[in-house]
Amino acid sequence: MTGPDSTALLQMTGIVKEFPGVRALDGVDLDVRAGEVHCLLGQNGAGKSTLIKVLSGFHQPDAGTIVWNGETTSFSTPARAIEHGVATIYQELDLVPHLDVTENIFLGHEVSRAGFSQRGQARKRVRELLARLGHSEISPTRIVGELPPAKQQVVSMARALSRDTRMLVLDEPSAVLDQEEVKNLFRVIRDLTAEGVAVVYISHRLEEIREIGDRITVLKDGRTVGTGLAVADTPTPDLIKLMTGRSIEYVFPPRPDTARTGGDVVLDVQDLALAGVFSGVSLTVRAGEIIGLAGLVGAGRSEIVETLYGARKATAGTVTVDGRRIRRGSVVSMVRAGVGLAPEERKSQGLFLDEAVFRNITMSSMGRFARLGFLNRREERRRAAELTRSLDVRPDGVTRAARTLSGGNQQKVVLARWLLRDCRVLLLDEPTRGVDVGARSEIYQLIRSLADRGLAVVVVSSEIEEVLGLADRVLVVREGVVVHQAPATELDEATVLDLVMEGKVPA
Amino acid sequence: MSQDSARVEQAALESDKEGNPVLALMRTSVGRNAGLVVALLLIVVVGVITAGEQFASVDNGLTILRAASVIGVVSIGMTFVIIGGGIDLSVGAIAALASVWSTTVATQTMAEDTHWLVIVGVAMAVALACGLINGLLVAYGPVAPFIATLAMLASARGLAEIIANRRTQIVRVDGFNDFLRGDFLGISVLIWIFALVSVVGWVVLNRTTFGRRTVAVGGNPEAARLAGINVKRHTVMLYVLVGFCCGIAALMITARTTTGSSTHGVLWELDAIGAVVIGGTLLTGGRGTVVGTVFGVLIFQTLFSVFVQNNLSSSAQQVARGAIIVLAVLLQQRLAGSTRTSNTSTRASAPGPTAPPTSVA
Repeated sequence: MTGPDSTALLQMTGIVKEFPGVRALDGVDLDVRAGEVHCLLGQNGAGKSTLIKVLSGFHQPDAGTIVWNGETTSFSTPARAIEHGVATIYQELDLVPHLDVTENIFLGHEVSRAGFSQRGQARKRVRELLARLGHSEISPTRIVGELPPAKQQVVSMARALSRDTRMLVLDEPSAVLDQEEVKNLFRVIRDLTAEGVAVVYISHRLEEIREIGDRITVLKDGRTVGTGLAVADTPTPDLIKLMTGRSIEYVFPPRPDTARTGGDVVLDVQDLALAGVFSGVSLTVRAGEIIGLAGLVGAGRSEIVETLYGARKATAGTVTVDGRRIRRGSVVSMVRAGVGLAPEERKSQGLFLDEAVFRNITMSSMGRFARLGFLNRREERRRAAELTRSLDVRPDGVTRAARTLSGGNQQKVVLARWLLRDCRVLLLDEPTRGVDVGARSEIYQLIRSLADRGLAVVVVSSEIEEVLGLADRVLVVREGVVVHQAPATELDEATVLDLVMEGKVPA
Repeated sequence: MSQDSARVEQAALESDKEGNPVLALMRTSVGRNAGLVVALLLIVVVGVITAGEQFASVDNGLTILRAASVIGVVSIGMTFVIIGGGIDLSVGAIAALASVWSTTVATQTMAEDTHWLVIVGVAMAVALACGLINGLLVAYGPVAPFIATLAMLASARGLAEIIANRRTQIVRVDGFNDFLRGDFLGISVLIWIFALVSVVGWVVLNRTTFGRRTVAVGGNPEAARLAGINVKRHTVMLYVLVGFCCGIAALMITARTTTGSSTHGVLWELDAIGAVVIGGTLLTGGRGTVVGTVFGVLIFQTLFSVFVQNNLSSSAQQVARGAIIVLAVLLQQRLAGSTRTSNTSTRASAPGPTAPPTSVA
């Protein structure tokens, strides 16, 4: 290991990474010094995950340079990155659950070390590594899948340390830890940095960054908006401003002036709960109203919507649509009652990608086009074409495969499916995920016009400005509980960001 | 609409067009079926060259079709269940049980004047019940289709042996044998049944809500569920449909051999799955054609005939059959691989697991 020094170990300049329809990284700069804890901050969708994947060799950047230890290089595969000494510990741990602790730790480099065919010696090294991490109570022969998440994370760390790691990337490591465990994690991080290891630390929790971080880089919309900021000299409001400061102005449709209290309550949810995920969620949505659910990924927003929809079976609570109580855990009943969902993972949950657009649209209303089970395909195509024309799906042509459309147009296809069914309630989970920035305003317009037609709409988004700009009323969800509820006009971005991160509004 | 997304769409369009036009044609179902016709013709040409008149006769053609008809009916049912994302290993065992049960009832219980309807009724009821059990296990167990139907394979054949008491029932029921062993317009009734089942199968798959749902459930079960389709109920119906086809096949084999036997239908599951697969149906579900399956069945049966006419062993024919299945699947994967454009996650996706690609101690 090298001794601590302050020259840059890693220098990334102008990193660009494009995916079909979306520019995930649009010129990111990052420099990390040996022996420091460098914090990466940014809202969901700011590009942190993509940046980590570039660092770990999972993705190749489309443009930009990476200088590692003074040499221009590229991490062409995860194996190459590991060779260079970059170890990444993902939020979703990448351990093999059926193997024991020792096997997991030496997974991938057991063969290259001639001496390690003896299991005894491997276990001895594992014991040393675990002791160094302050977890000598974990047995090297325990099956990893039986360990709680916090201990699995320790095993992941031990795996990183078992190699000559020069930079450790930690993605939201504290998410699975309690306070005591976080303290231990910080102790380990301090030991590592004292030995000259660089740590890239990603967290939503500002207080943690204050405690452990040396410098901060802030990402926003795939760009670096602040880099190398000393933690000690940067006040929290400045950081929040950087994270939320708008680089692209989204155009949100105006809210209708008329008081929304006039509409009938269409959707009424009382004390909905899913054991271990969220509890006590109550909300009502009136015809013509858009309700926004704000919160971090993992706060339980998507789960709330999916449970409401019956895709997960609620452990408590009731859902009433148009005054009729709907059976728990039955999507079929929900759809029949006039509720539609545009799911978060549009490609895997919402669409039949290889099927024609018109088949995707008529999927939930086939009965309307069938007589004795026989489909009138001409009528199907005609109605689908009407809808794609009115929603301006481009390119048109309802017989092309859904796969060939861009994200925004795919979303319109999903919306068309529910419009065809004459839905009363629309649940939209991350409606603009994977939608090109330019096409977003169009989706916002569309959602508002649906509400104006009398639909009750629930929008889930991790982009706070989206919730605030689009919704009439906002519910803030944190760790499975609705912590705040207010008309969107009474909230601002900084307040909501505080709420989702800290659970309270600063005094 | 921004220029960005317009560009992406354009790229997607172009990637559809680019490349080898033959490959592009082979990606369409018409093109794939044309490929199967070519394969079938090749086998016929080989047959004519090696066995000449003997092979090229109308009689031999009808023999091939007649032999193909029983397994063909089973394969049509198998096509549906595979498109729907499942598999049924128990087809042969169900047919055996249906055949034994119905003939036993006919010859023992009501020995004197059994009406042919009794045999038909019992065989269909038994086969439908077996399919229903399969379907309920797969949909509501949930038990993996492979396991549930493997269990049915074992127990249905076991039950057939118990009922038959290891004896073969000779069927002598007026009307039943006469009809199914007879001809219509000079062509065996068995062939007509296969043709009818194929046509009905095609219509159901391509023109009805049931067919559309089958493709949806097999192609993306989660999206189907979230679109409000009752995926479980549909799964049950798919296995009942296979049971229905097995019942028909049981009647056909019973008539053809004039016996009800617990040894009917051994390895039918492999013949049917093989035919479905070389017919271009994806084993992962969501894509497949009835026409392809019909060609798959004919290719196997014609191949068998070529071997028989040349006095080659059936073992050699099995080897050839295996090779054809592998070739067909490899070809399919190449074609499928070239259409699937990248499903790369977008910026908001969660970090995926990246275990180092290496060996395990």
